[in-house]
Amino acid sequence: MEPAQFFTQPRVTIVAGKGGVGKTTVAATMALAAARAGLRALLVEIEGKSQLPTLFGAPDLAYDGTVLVADAAPGHGEVRARTLTPDDALVEYLNDHGLTRISNRLVSSGAVDMVATATPGIKDVLILGKVKQLERAGTADVILVDAPAAGHAISFLRSARGLLDAVSVGPIEAQAREVLELLGDADRAQVVLVTLPEETPVNEVVETAFSLEDQVGIKLGPVVVNGITPPLPGLTTDPATAAAEAGVDLDDAMVDALRRSSAFRAERAGLQAEQLERLERELPLPQLRLPFLFTTRLNATHLGTLADELLAQIPELAPVVSRA
Amino acid sequence: MPDSLADLVDQAAVLVCCGSGGVGKTTVAAVLAMEGASRGRRTVVVTIDPAKRLADALGLSGLTNEPTVVAGPWKGEMSALMLDTEGTFDGLVRKHAPDVEQAERILGNRFYRNIAGALSGTQEYMATEKLFELHEESDYDLIVVDTPPTRNALDFLEAPGRLTRFLDHRLYRLVTAPTRGVVRAVGMATQRFLRSVGKVVGGDVIADAIGFFQAFEGMDEGFKERARRVDELLSDPGTAFVLVASAKEETVAEAGFFATKLAEHGIDVRALVVNRLHPLIGEGDPDELAAWAAELRAGGPGSAALADHVQALAELRAIAFAERTHLAELTARIDPAPVVEVPYLSVDVHDLDTLALAADAVFDRD
Repeated sequence: MEPAQFFTQPRVTIVAGKGGVGKTTVAATMALAAARAGLRALLVEIEGKSQLPTLFGAPDLAYDGTVLVADAAPGHGEVRARTLTPDDALVEYLNDHGLTRISNRLVSSGAVDMVATATPGIKDVLILGKVKQLERAGTADVILVDAPAAGHAISFLRSARGLLDAVSVGPIEAQAREVLELLGDADRAQVVLVTLPEETPVNEVVETAFSLEDQVGIKLGPVVVNGITPPLPGLTTDPATAAAEAGVDLDDAMVDALRRSSAFRAERAGLQAEQLERLERELPLPQLRLPFLFTTRLNATHLGTLADELLAQIPELAPVVSRA
Repeated sequence: MPDSLADLVDQAAVLVCCGSGGVGKTTVAAVLAMEGASRGRRTVVVTIDPAKRLADALGLSGLTNEPTVVAGPWKGEMSALMLDTEGTFDGLVRKHAPDVEQAERILGNRFYRNIAGALSGTQEYMATEKLFELHEESDYDLIVVDTPPTRNALDFLEAPGRLTRFLDHRLYRLVTAPTRGVVRAVGMATQRFLRSVGKVVGGDVIADAIGFFQAFEGMDEGFKERARRVDELLSDPGTAFVLVASAKEETVAEAGFFATKLAEHGIDVRALVVNRLHPLIGEGDPDELAAWAAELRAGGPGSAALADHVQALAELRAIAFAERTHLAELTARIDPAPVVEVPYLSVDVHDLDTLALAADAVFDRD
């Protein structure tokens, strides 16, 4: 598949997965890859306290949008990001419907919380409603939503249906219907699940995928597996032998260290390979695989490496047949 | 001398495992309860959202508000429960309601069901409430509490206060206040306001909210008093907060923030458990090793295998160093509390046997 097609069909991708698997990193990687493919990408962050600015080496995100990567070079797109916090979305919505006069009171009296509680899922529906607005506005070629972590992704995506069960009239109902339309249309939206090549995360991503299909009916894009130890074929040769082959003289301590460190790496790689295979068997979705980068803190350079990895793998994916 | 983690398991009445999501809190909580049982104590672990296989292994086949005993080779006894947030809240309502009718009015109210199910902070509140219940009404030697995964470090401490403030809402006092003079006029303006909001979000739901607050009238004192006693339990010297983190910079920063905020509440972190540490093997500066690997690679196919080995060592040392640098910052922050470093385990923890292996790693027995 062409990268441009991958990122724009569908245009909205919701990146989901449990806490700690690297969702934000993957959303950022996809955005940067899209930009390198010449597209305008918009990253939407929902939960606040975002890691995104740090990843790109940029200042804090504003509600209205911040440029994280400018389209400096020819053929290179841009990455913008914005936060959509649930509280802001709700206050904005109430303002838009003639309640501006009392919106200060709404916030200070905590009535915003009351309204949100009285209408379960309203915050999530409004967030998704804004995403739909952004999609319709067409100022970005691709929109990547960094979804809430853990099981919240499912309730987040189910919010529209849940709300329609509770509310039968009014503007919020119309909003919920439009959100359902967006999520149910494979040409407009999909979920990309992120996982780690470890037993429990794989169990969870398989479970989440099937739940999403059952309860939300949204298209599932490829699964992104993060943190895969890059292979080093030479590790199967014993270090003492390898040293002899290279004509290098090593002391015992170094040979021992190399043995132990390589054994650790080989063991991890072996466990990961088992899990990758199991994921393939249990979840029939294409996989995109990102390497483990031996760092505790990802920066813009790392992001670039990951984006290039993605761009190298996307052409291997089967092309999407659009229903249009 | 600060207590070691083992001392805490032997002596504390309550252990609260706090920290961000995805760092292994649930596993650590289960390990601590199991270790307590192995040492002869009667323990119970309150889990929030355990992975299915672990839940099965602990005999948690569904949400349950009563602990079930986990059979195992321990001198003491271990039990487990998976928090049923709504069930716990329902129980609280029944406890505080003056009579059955009022309780049923609330439990059947749609707005209440929304709070019980979905209001952010409810799960945290109910976790502390369940802890309090177990402490008051059962005689476990040790209660270990897993906390919900949350981006906001303080939800666990602040949720009860937030919820009681919500229930005690000034706005709704105005709605339900006795009508008299100015108070009545304000009350009516508020009702108009609520109707406008109702037009936007749906009138029924606002009516439900008003119905709830009217039904809830008079019960908020009971809730507030209970929340106060829960707070006391959390601040009690027999309650120890165990911070769980992984060694990535982001999680270390969050853990540090946690520790600071807890301290502001007058609570000191009593132990830190850091999971998934890479082993520190061999010697040599990672950058120099990496440069050597590059040299070897340039030397042709004969030295390719050695280049791979050296590169592996360079990369491993780079990350092991980085992790320990972050760890040092966190260690300083919670000093003199002990730090337990747990290495990457080659097994996934999803049953009692692998939990025992994890316990060996945490208590440094392998």
